[in-house]
Amino acid sequence: MSITYLEAIREAQARALAEDPRVFIYGQDVGAFGGAFKATKNLAQEFPGRVIDAPISEDAIVGAAIGAAVEGMRPIIEMQFADFSTPGFNQIVNHAATLYWRTQVPCPITIRLPSGGTSGSGPFHSQSMETLYAHYPGLIVMTPATVEDAYSMLLEAVALDDPVIFCEHKLLYNHLKAESLPTEAVPVGKARLARPGRDMTIVAYSAMVHEALAVADELASEGTEVEIVDLRSIKPLDTDTVMASVARTGRLLCVGESWPWGGVTAEVVSRVACEGFGLLDAPPQRLNAKDTPVPYHPNLWAAHRPTARSIAAAARRLLRI
Amino acid sequence: MLLARTLDEKFASLYRAGKIHGGVFLGRGQEALSVAVGLNLRKGDVFAPLIRDQAGRLAFGETLLDAARTYLGSALGPMRGRDGNVHRGRPREGYLPMISHLGAMIAVVNGTLLARRFKGVLRTVGATCIGEGATSTGSFHEAINQAAVEKLPLVLVIANNQYAYSTPSSRQFACTSLADRASGYGVDAHSVDGTELAACLSVLAEAVERAREGHGPQMVVARLLRLCGHGEHDDASYVDPRLKASPLGRDCLKVAEQNLLSRQWADAVTIEGWRCEAVHKVEEAVATALREPTPDPYKENWCALASKHLVETHPEV
Repeated sequence: MSITYLEAIREAQARALAEDPRVFIYGQDVGAFGGAFKATKNLAQEFPGRVIDAPISEDAIVGAAIGAAVEGMRPIIEMQFADFSTPGFNQIVNHAATLYWRTQVPCPITIRLPSGGTSGSGPFHSQSMETLYAHYPGLIVMTPATVEDAYSMLLEAVALDDPVIFCEHKLLYNHLKAESLPTEAVPVGKARLARPGRDMTIVAYSAMVHEALAVADELASEGTEVEIVDLRSIKPLDTDTVMASVARTGRLLCVGESWPWGGVTAEVVSRVACEGFGLLDAPPQRLNAKDTPVPYHPNLWAAHRPTARSIAAAARRLLRI
Repeated sequence: MLLARTLDEKFASLYRAGKIHGGVFLGRGQEALSVAVGLNLRKGDVFAPLIRDQAGRLAFGETLLDAARTYLGSALGPMRGRDGNVHRGRPREGYLPMISHLGAMIAVVNGTLLARRFKGVLRTVGATCIGEGATSTGSFHEAINQAAVEKLPLVLVIANNQYAYSTPSSRQFACTSLADRASGYGVDAHSVDGTELAACLSVLAEAVERAREGHGPQMVVARLLRLCGHGEHDDASYVDPRLKASPLGRDCLKVAEQNLLSRQWADAVTIEGWRCEAVHKVEEAVATALREPTPDPYKENWCALASKHLVETHPEV
């Protein structure tokens, strides 16, 4: 038996619905249709009345989730595409994220963002939004890169008493597979050493972890051992694990699929430079998507985001410094 | 109404004396409408007031001390100095604290009502108040439509007070009456003269009852005039004097007093007694709040997450 990243997300939601009567799912096309990506397939049938189709109203969808959370429910919101969370941005960052600080009443909502680029999806169905949400206090931002993490972190997201932005990568939905669902999990807030190595550290998250792993394989054949740190959640960001890795390797390359101005890679490099400057044998490097909207055509799209090829080139440059 | 007006006037004088940080927003001219909302709600209902709803807040059960503590920045108030003035509430008691973004509270009230449906809690309603300016937002449209689709017991009260800050209604919408919009959403509409307390009480009673009885969302549109600036920093010099002189410009509190006198339900001495009692209560609450400690940045935990174990530490500023 094998299970995909997408099936793990579906199974986590099924388990949350089965185990906790406070959980419900609300979003566009999530009901009988089972969601645009089938992440809620059959859940409306298995849990009648608890998987509800919403009008195309992202602001009101998040607003209603906040109200339900105040009343003690634990809503899971599907945004269909991460890009479409922008009409709900106000309720997320100004309302959900501030509620606990202002009132001491928790706001346990999970907002699922089908994130990242897939070939042919273009500027409005390809975005990675994690940087925007991580900037705001009061939100937790998860970026699972494995089937196991998609499952266990989604369950933890639902169980947490805070609003969670759950960035699930569309490219991983169907082609990333595991043998089975995990029975135990690394807690949110801890990064994972995806591959040990001694010559340089690549810090990545979400789909970029897999590009980085491919680079590590390639460079291993040339005698270079690359260590890969999978951040798992970008807020909180596990600086300790990153720093420990850089202490071992002395070289840091941080890779992200979102845009180059600011963001996760800038945050990681900034923290390492401020707190671990003496650990570095070379200037820390970062690699991001190009500073344009995400292009539609596969030729352009493949060149827009970091890939194993561009990461390998950046890694070789860093090794020569 | 009288207590709310008295409290508002006290806040205005404290503001002018420099005793209040940030803005002060009054409900002058809107007390009849606002109190009618609060009085028609019961314990267990949900209320999300806006900036001109001191009367409704008190009628719903807010204490004078909660209001005074929030305006005066007492560490003992419900917001403990983390938020101020009209941004206050007690969510656990169904009293939702507004954010500044207009129209945002409507969907949140919808969510509380959805939750009650899930939990099998029946016959509670949720009310929220906005001005005509908020009807121009996408949030308003999304949320009233959402409430209609889900047939929620929502009472959406729109105070058309003729100005959104300085912008007149003519620059806000082009329909004859905002109540005309209700049928487009498939919800019931009610119109009322917001300067008449008796009319407000009866219209809100009907709207709340219809929502409670399962007739879906109710939209109430009240005509009135804001008898103050947007906030106390604003002299409202832009308000058309013809509006002030029109029936819309009547002071609902004076109209209500005149009604009491002409119907001989109260005499002038009794009303003056109520006024003195209101002043006494307000002075007592303000004096208490002024004696209380203000928030201490060294005791503040600076923690925006309920999940304390996930809080990141950063170098101290």
